[in-house]
Amino acid sequence: MFSSFMVNTWVAASIVAVVGGVVGFFVVLRGSAFVAHAIPHGAFSGAAGAALLGLNTVFGLGVFALAGALGISALGRKGRHDVATALGLVVMLGTGALFLSWSAEYAPQIYALLFGEVLGVSRAELWPIAGLAIVCLAAVALLYRPLVLSSIAPELGEVRGVSERVIDTAFLLVVALATAMTVPVVGALLMFSLMIAPAGAARALSDRPGVAIACSIALALVTVWVGIALSYAINWPLGFFVGTLGAAFYGLGRLIGARRRRIASPVA
Amino acid sequence: MSARVLEGREAPVLSLRDVSADLAGRRVLDGVTFAVQPGEFTALIGTNGAGKTTLLRVILGLQPTSSGTVELAGARRGRRSVGYVPQKVLLDPDMPLRARDVVALGMDGHRLGIPVSPRAGRVRRARVEAALASVDALDFADARVGTLSGGEQQRVLIAHALIGEPELLLLDEPLANLDLRSQHEVVALLARVAEQHRVAVVMSAHDMNPLLPVMQRIVYLAGGRAVSGSTEEVVRSEVLSALYGHHVDVLRVHGRILVVAGEGDEPVRPPGEEPGSVESGIVSVP
Ligand SMILES: Nc1ncnc2c1ncn2[C@@H]1O[C@H](COP(=O)(O)OP(=O)(O)OP(=O)(O)O)[C@@H](O)[C@H]1O
Ligand SMILES: [Mg+2]
Repeated sequence: MFSSFMVNTWVAASIVAVVGGVVGFFVVLRGSAFVAHAIPHGAFSGAAGAALLGLNTVFGLGVFALAGALGISALGRKGRHDVATALGLVVMLGTGALFLSWSAEYAPQIYALLFGEVLGVSRAELWPIAGLAIVCLAAVALLYRPLVLSSIAPELGEVRGVSERVIDTAFLLVVALATAMTVPVVGALLMFSLMIAPAGAARALSDRPGVAIACSIALALVTVWVGIALSYAINWPLGFFVGTLGAAFYGLGRLIGARRRRIASPVA
Repeated sequence: MSARVLEGREAPVLSLRDVSADLAGRRVLDGVTFAVQPGEFTALIGTNGAGKTTLLRVILGLQPTSSGTVELAGARRGRRSVGYVPQKVLLDPDMPLRARDVVALGMDGHRLGIPVSPRAGRVRRARVEAALASVDALDFADARVGTLSGGEQQRVLIAHALIGEPELLLLDEPLANLDLRSQHEVVALLARVAEQHRVAVVMSAHDMNPLLPVMQRIVYLAGGRAVSGSTEEVVRSEVLSALYGHHVDVLRVHGRILVVAGEGDEPVRPPGEEPGSVESGIVSVP
């Protein structure tokens, strides 16, 4: 379970968990869970298209993730992305299905991008993952204060010269970057659950943003570690464990949050 | 200008001259002219849709004007010195943010990066503490901001706007959704803040009555046009009738002011409102 091959897997999955935990915190804070669903899943059709053309699937994935993020940003007004996002997702998934039907020989490889196949990361694949993760985390650190401010209320940022349009597009690009780096490792479904569940649970655990982000990272790490160990031991798909563990943590987090609130205000 | 200086008056902190603004091809502000002196408490009064929010957004530079000039004292010196509390800020109870985090972002929320210097951190904390104290919000400084009551959230947002030490504080209907007691608390607090920090306050409201004890100037908006002056100058039947373009009566009852549309005229408000309701400053008699 800790052979050198597996060590790469543990490292890659841990990097993915950290990025998912951090980016996810802002996804949840901004109420953009749906965007976090659409970009990874839509991007998979880019991978399908790239496979059809004989290009690198990760390249196709990255291009579609970026195009998806920019498209959602251009169509959605004032952070209300739901309809624009849904339409973008439908178009991209449909295109992906078409590409897949044309390139049957690559189908298993592309399905792995959808559902994840973490148990096979080579040493050479680790470096680009680590590099993209650093870029992603640096971008979030850079945008930290304007992002939080505009998440409270866009007007509060606008009067301080923080353009909602710019900050929102920048954030969607961060989600796209996180997608391009993580989906080849864990798949779109896992990335989605890693961005939503740990952050969703963490915000109930602390009232301090810094502590909540730390909790989000910790929960994401525990989720993938336990998931990989169980998936290795029982030989069930990793997606099952990450999905259910994430949901369990989220439920637990909400319970604890509700208790904390009751203790904090016994009158209410 | 020089005449003003000779009179011993300071330059206004805000002055609008003949400002017009269009939204979706419709004239929403039409030749609005008024000035606000430093430290002055101004009430911006108008019914729903009168253009209060639009006017505040014009002052902030968030809404382009079609004509006219907006001059801010601070802008001339190259300093952003306007605080703003928008209408209807819904603070999500799921947001892991304390009241003090929201206040701190009023100081440096536009900056990039994460602050790390411990010395700067101490200065930051002290300023946040002072801002919270000036709105009596120290008791709930560490509470999750989305779980606070409406009045408490309003005070946190005022501290957020004040911490940048603005010369002008704009508040868009800060009394909406507050009960009478919280309304009085917020008004008293704003009057105190205006005095202590020498910040000019412009706040919008659809009812002028809660503001009567503290306001030094009224800007009365109707149909995109405005009249400005003291309450006695503006809230008179002749002046408001000219503004509305039809006859209105101004009634003073038990220290309250009611503006009532005259008989046979277009109602100021759409029908269905309680005529003569004492809750509102502007009512209609169909
Ligand atoms: N984005 C917009 N596009 C088109 N028209 C708008 C827009 N925003 C406001 N308006 C119109 O401009 C007019 C003034 O609106 P504004 O929001 O300034 O009024 P208000 O006095 O703040 O009203 P309220 O008391 O309801 O907040 C209204 O008739 C409104 O319908
Ligand atoms: Mg308004």
